[in-house]
Amino acid sequence: MPFKGLDAEQIDLLKAITGRTEFDEGSAYNLRLNGQGVARSVTENINIVPKTDAPGIDIYIKAGTKNETVHIPVLLSQSGLKETVFNDFHIGDDAVVTIVAGCGINNHGHGDSEHSGIHSFYIGKNAKVKYVEKHYGVGNAGKKVMNPTTYCELGEGSYMEMDTVQISGVDDTSRKTTAVVGRDAKIVVKEKILTDGDQKARTEFSVDLNGENSGAHLVSRSVAKENSSQLFVSDIRGNAPSNGHSECDAIVMDNGRVVAEPRLSANNIDAALIHEAAIGKIAGEQIIKLMTLGLTEKEAEEQIINGFLK
Amino acid sequence: MIEFRNVSYTSEDGNDIIKDVSFKFSERFVVITGPNGSGKSTVARLIAGIIKPTSGRIFIDDKDITDLSVTERAQEGISYGFQQPVRFKGLTVKDLLSLASGQKLTTAEACTLLSKVGLCARDYVGREANASLSGGELKRIEIAMIMARNTRISVFDEPEAGIDLWSFNNLINVFKELHENTQGTIIIISHQERILKLADRIIVIANGVVTADGEGSKLYKEIQTPGCVYYRKGE
Ligand SMILES: Nc1ncnc2c1ncn2[C@@H]1O[C@H](COP(=O)(O)OP(=O)(O)OP(=O)(O)O)[C@@H](O)[C@H]1O
Ligand SMILES: [Mg+2]
Repeated sequence: MPFKGLDAEQIDLLKAITGRTEFDEGSAYNLRLNGQGVARSVTENINIVPKTDAPGIDIYIKAGTKNETVHIPVLLSQSGLKETVFNDFHIGDDAVVTIVAGCGINNHGHGDSEHSGIHSFYIGKNAKVKYVEKHYGVGNAGKKVMNPTTYCELGEGSYMEMDTVQISGVDDTSRKTTAVVGRDAKIVVKEKILTDGDQKARTEFSVDLNGENSGAHLVSRSVAKENSSQLFVSDIRGNAPSNGHSECDAIVMDNGRVVAEPRLSANNIDAALIHEAAIGKIAGEQIIKLMTLGLTEKEAEEQIINGFLK
Repeated sequence: MIEFRNVSYTSEDGNDIIKDVSFKFSERFVVITGPNGSGKSTVARLIAGIIKPTSGRIFIDDKDITDLSVTERAQEGISYGFQQPVRFKGLTVKDLLSLASGQKLTTAEACTLLSKVGLCARDYVGREANASLSGGELKRIEIAMIMARNTRISVFDEPEAGIDLWSFNNLINVFKELHENTQGTIIIISHQERILKLADRIIVIANGVVTADGEGSKLYKEIQTPGCVYYRKGE
């Protein structure tokens, strides 16, 4: 159903972060616009309840729910608005669910707009969660700031995949993701970030592999252009027989800067932990190869960056 | 028609790699051969514009292309299949074939191109052209890219390298077919007898100079004699 009361710019924002302008009839969603919940829909298996003591919502996914999707986009189009929102996800045993979150800020005014989303996931036994989050900003006067914090508790045998993308227009971001992983459970995080201008992005991952045979796989691909800078911090603690892998792959262009600070702690003899980091400019031979196909240097660069962040 | 007119190339660290090389041919199937390190790939890079001659001029169809950039030469219809293909993180095989052919290919079209080089197409089109592909797979994709471009000049740098016997037989047929059915000029850098045999013309480069240049059917036999004079003349 298309949302009533959104203006054209707000609809564009919604499209940029969710890829759509309306949600399927009978699906679960919650739309937050300029600090207010403005549209909500629940299903038999998915309930969304506004918090009474703080801004935000509780989302309850019933045990055994199969292949449902919840959309919870946040739009900010009022300049100077700063908010901290708490969203808690309670995911029942065996549920299979996709959660699409995201924040779009359109700031044409001079005040700084800021959204800090604090998301907590309590994932039941053998549940499978896919969490997709896109961040996007437009407007060039006031700053657009986003600070997502994610906390994940993975129950026995559960699986969580978190895909986060920040491709454009966010001036300052500090992302913190913390996970506590139980027995036979696994978390996979895929992060993509592009910064340009004077933007700053900081991502921190902190994972405790507490359960036997637990696992974590973190993959970050990022591009820092112009004068932007990024910091990637990861800390994986293998507290039990477990597998942890983090991978940071960054391309720097112009005066872009990237710092990767990986940290691995093996607190158990059977913890197997790996970190890979590669930072550098685009390989010259890649540009040349594409130029021999008829692309200009600039087109070649674009293709390589787009592919890298795809 | 391709002409090198007194082309020399000195590397940045001062090594004379190509020394006053001149040749001119209008044959449509030319094989460049010669010992390792003799300067064959350097000639190919000079044709593609990846490096510029220190002195001398390069012409195609009587047009001086010496000052054209890599992109401009590609747009003029020069294609170069690298000896060592480049790996890309993020770009898929289909992306590369699409870029090569200058249009967004459907999966079916990409498959057709890949099957020419003996790759079981559907398994490959969606894969990233990254480190996960084997050397031979990557090499065949490189060749498919040149075929996708279908330009008036195609340079293949040791297309046989790393390719299994079955695919090689297949490849020979593809080259024959290209020769018969297209109007383009094919230049193959090769050490392979079976490729040399196909040549209308053979150019031997040793130690940065042309040591033999002539009709394929004649030179083909001469250069195979033990201790062949052409291989040594450049020393
Ligand atoms: N940029 C460079 N700087 C210094 N030396 C170079 C450079 N490029 C090539 N060379 C040298 O020039 C010579 C010719 O190299 P080239 O790659 O053209 O040989 P090739 O004939 O293709 O050999 P192969 O049969 O092994 O492929 C070699 O000795 C190589 O080491
Ligand atoms: Mg070579």
